[in-house]
Amino acid sequence: MHILLRARDIPDIHRFDVYVKHGGYEGFKKALAMKPAEVIEEVKASGLRGRGGAGFPTGVKWGFIPQNEPIKYVAVNADESETGTFKDREIMETNPHQLIEGALICAWAIQATAVYIYLRGEFWDIAHELDKRIQEAYDAGFIGENIQGTGWTCHMYTHLGAGAYICGEESALLNSLEGLLGQPRVRPPFPAQKGGGLYKEPTVVNNVETLANVPWILVNGAAEYRKIGTEHSTGPKIFCVSGHVPKPGNYELPLGTTFRELLVDHAGCDPANIKGILPSGGSGPIVRATDEVLDTRLTYEDMAKIGTILGSASVIVMDHTVDMTWVASKVTKFFKHESCGKCTPCREGTYWLDKVLDRILAGQGRPADVELINNVAKNMAGVTLCALGDFAANPIIYTIKNFPEDFAAHVQPKDVEEKPARKAPPRRKEAVAEPAGD
Amino acid sequence: MSILDPKYAQRIEAAFAKYPDKRSAVMPLLYIAQEEYGYVSPEGIAEVAQLCEMDPTQVKSIAGFYTMYSERPKGKYWLQVCTDLACALRGADQFYDELKAYLGVEEGGTTADGLFTVEHVMCLAACDRAPMLQCNFHYMENLDMEKMKAFIAEKRAEARNGKK
Repeated sequence: MHILLRARDIPDIHRFDVYVKHGGYEGFKKALAMKPAEVIEEVKASGLRGRGGAGFPTGVKWGFIPQNEPIKYVAVNADESETGTFKDREIMETNPHQLIEGALICAWAIQATAVYIYLRGEFWDIAHELDKRIQEAYDAGFIGENIQGTGWTCHMYTHLGAGAYICGEESALLNSLEGLLGQPRVRPPFPAQKGGGLYKEPTVVNNVETLANVPWILVNGAAEYRKIGTEHSTGPKIFCVSGHVPKPGNYELPLGTTFRELLVDHAGCDPANIKGILPSGGSGPIVRATDEVLDTRLTYEDMAKIGTILGSASVIVMDHTVDMTWVASKVTKFFKHESCGKCTPCREGTYWLDKVLDRILAGQGRPADVELINNVAKNMAGVTLCALGDFAANPIIYTIKNFPEDFAAHVQPKDVEEKPARKAPPRRKEAVAEPAGD
Repeated sequence: MSILDPKYAQRIEAAFAKYPDKRSAVMPLLYIAQEEYGYVSPEGIAEVAQLCEMDPTQVKSIAGFYTMYSERPKGKYWLQVCTDLACALRGADQFYDELKAYLGVEEGGTTADGLFTVEHVMCLAACDRAPMLQCNFHYMENLDMEKMKAFIAEKRAEARNGKK
């Protein structure tokens, strides 16, 4: 039985009547009978961590919201744009009321005045469908004025982005909602604080999958939830499996499932055919598919032990035909395109990484190029306003670290010796020298 | 004054009703402008700016920031093919090249009949159903060239028969 992808067990659960018939909105009713602070404690006790990638404890995040502010918001992050991630989409398409209910429980817990669901623009059809589902919840008295006689009023709206990965970053998401450029904000103040959230009001930003866990926690209790998963990684997780796999798709499994169980038992891979795995889409460090890695449990803590992250659990599988230099280039092109341009290391770094990788892939690479891009990438990590700078550095640093032979094959020293010296192009005096290592 | 206002009054009103300030409606209104003019035209920018009480330059910068607002006219069918890593591992690059060759256009180009504009985009969250594309914001998944040829022929026949 699924907790999140319930449509796989219950047909038509996207419909309000079917959802209610199968226990829908019971978690919300239970929450309304509790004090908001008790709801936060329950979610804290469940150990639920953010499913968008950062893995921050959800209840703790809710607890940061100051209680005495009159206006507070919940922003649901449905901007799902990480390469290889398609889980929030399935939740919203097939089980939308569970997201709405989870968001309402969060809204009650922080006494929010409105919920904004920020969907990536490409989820155009999903947003229009979701609007109808929200209206159903309005009609049933779960959203709107004086909800269920509590005297509490809360509204819910969808907002469509328009094609920008960066708007999945929480402060960029808030800017985008406010009609500003979708660029990250300087923090502090953090979104939970007065001055840092949506319209400067305290705001919780939670991922779709995170909130979809919450109704179950309220109905069954934190103790039951903790029985799923491991001590530090509780609950179920949707793993998006794509790339060279016989059965790509979403798999809802308990945290603590191993790579081998996920990829071999569920997705039908032959372990001998797997060369590399990106456990968290384009943004997390790539790993070599050794036996040790395949037997690693998919948890926040175990992923760290093998030098990568669980992230959003968008598992991209690559077989032995794949050249990791090409992978580095593909992912770099993604981040080059998606860099919002605010911070220089990310804006310029992704540009130069792409340029040098193109040169390497065109057979024009020099042995020093590998060290050059490694150096550029390391100078991007940790020095930008948001994590995109780190994400863009990862594909370079970790493909080079874990698959050095793939790069070496492109940059044999003889290529350089045989190549005639390049004629310098005419330059303006103030032009910055190309960091080409020559 | 505004072309947008009377024609789309209800949708514009609904957009403004969602937010505590007018500026937040700039994104939904830009979609309406794009729908009206076929792209985010200078007139559209000016009208959105007026409605949202913003400077046209600010609206233009918003339109330029996002890939789903087009600042130049497009074909009737705007085909955005995902060629990102996960799709590329399932043949999206080759699919994209074949599609361009079949339509006889380059990256971002529009066919001579004005029907199809083709470009590649970043991840569309449909990695398990690659190759895939987005046609006027609607997803088409698990594609191959046979399916695309049938789709193209169908749309061309519709255009010949004067169907909308």
